[in-house]
Amino acid sequence: MDINDLRSLMTVFSLFTFLGIIWWAYGMKANKRNFDEAAMLPFSEEAVDRAELGLAGDGRVKEGKAS
Amino acid sequence: MAEAQGTYNYTVIRQFSVMAVVWGIVGMLVGVVIAAQLVWPELNFGPYFTFGRLRPLHTNAVIFAFGGCALFATSYYVVQRTCHARLFAGPLAAFTFWGWQLVIVLAAITLPLGMTQGKEYAELEWPIDLLIAVVWISYAVVFFGTIAKRTVSHIYVANWFYGAFILAVALLHIFNSAAIPVSLTKSYSAYAGVQDAMVQWWYGHNAVGFFLTAGFLGMMYYFVPKQAGRPVYSYRLSVVHFWALIFTYMWAGPHHLHYTALPDWTQSVGMVFSLILLAPSWGGMINGIMTLSGAWHKLRDDPILKFLITSLSFYGMSTFEGPMMAIKTVNALSHYTDWTVGHVHSGALGWVAMVSIGSLYYMLPRLFGKPQMHSVKLITVHFWVATIGVVLYIASMWIAGVMQGLMWRAVNPDGTLTYSFVEAVKGSYPFWAIRFLGGLLFLSGMLIMAYNMVRTIVGGERVNAPVLVPAAQHA
Repeated sequence: MDINDLRSLMTVFSLFTFLGIIWWAYGMKANKRNFDEAAMLPFSEEAVDRAELGLAGDGRVKEGKAS
Repeated sequence: MAEAQGTYNYTVIRQFSVMAVVWGIVGMLVGVVIAAQLVWPELNFGPYFTFGRLRPLHTNAVIFAFGGCALFATSYYVVQRTCHARLFAGPLAAFTFWGWQLVIVLAAITLPLGMTQGKEYAELEWPIDLLIAVVWISYAVVFFGTIAKRTVSHIYVANWFYGAFILAVALLHIFNSAAIPVSLTKSYSAYAGVQDAMVQWWYGHNAVGFFLTAGFLGMMYYFVPKQAGRPVYSYRLSVVHFWALIFTYMWAGPHHLHYTALPDWTQSVGMVFSLILLAPSWGGMINGIMTLSGAWHKLRDDPILKFLITSLSFYGMSTFEGPMMAIKTVNALSHYTDWTVGHVHSGALGWVAMVSIGSLYYMLPRLFGKPQMHSVKLITVHFWVATIGVVLYIASMWIAGVMQGLMWRAVNPDGTLTYSFVEAVKGSYPFWAIRFLGGLLFLSGMLIMAYNMVRTIVGGERVNAPVLVPAAQHA
């Protein structure tokens, strides 16, 4: 078997890996909940979001903060 | 509020954010200068300030100084906030900032002096290349170290894109920069002939694919949902989008070498993979834009969202144009003309710069403890000035490019050329003037941003947000 056969096999192997990933993302129903959870990660720390904007806990501008 | 576990490292993010704006202005100013030199050749002051020496300075400054600082800043912000963990190895993160600034300053000194390896987007001489490698590996340690110490179970999709960008750029930089030094300021590529050209464009196109695309898609997947206030349209699509890009981008480089000494089959592989790339690119664009589905009204009065969504429209346009230009018969017309320059700037100004500007406007008030930017109205002004600038730029380059391609290939019935080269140059002048105007508008927008940024920073508190224990469902 020469090296070009291995190169061809690598391409075929990559294609099947990619098809496997599509199946993993769309075919496996059990994964849906995990993906939905991951999608919410940017919204997982609202208290920090408020703190870094210099806002009070209820989201209003703090005393003396109005520009 | 859950118990705080120390604070996030915002210091390095502040430094990179401010320098992104500063280098953006410098890089775009050099761009406007070289655009003016094409219209008024008298502006070439030799030998240091001629077009040939300033052009690589422009590309290096906008890609690696402006784009690079924006990528460092946003990746450090996103990785901390979505991993619920303070940046790994603080002093090393500080080193990446100072090391990267040193690289930029060295580039600004050596390129006008004519010290260059002559490889596009990889012109810097070997000692600077070594410094880049050290800084980049430190960046990888800081970024992946932070992911390793995350306190949530998932790795958010934006971090996958940033991670791929960091790994791929390390690989590309190290292999493409392999060279044999003959002195401190001169070296020769380790590759020869057509192999050298292929390695160069394997690097060059993946610099577009991973530096200028994957990293900025990381920005998109965090800042578009945050600014829109809703999660990404389809997380499953984002997973497929990521892997489709990873599997195809590495093969597209040969489309830069159509009709050269490169073997025909390699050119065809490059063309086919470039065409396939349309699918993941548009998948990603649709995923970003559809995140706004049901909340389109937010686009009306939120200029930051305007920047982010318009950047995705330009991303869609240029990733449609790119595969078309990779088709050999189209390339026969477009290659070596200003059409290519227009295409690049549709991506660079419309996509890369606009998504960075939107993300920076999102982060700046948060980094300096302000509820919002000093003037939201000025963000709107910046948006329109920048958009008109991009449209003028790319439309003039399309017209000039197609005209040049048609004039160069026109032949008389007896087989002689219809036009001499200089006739195409003469015909291009009005369009080069319009391009200069478009670039000037885009630069003006950056100056408005700099003013707005300074006013936001003045009187702001440099508060580092607290790291909180994640809620149970994420842990």
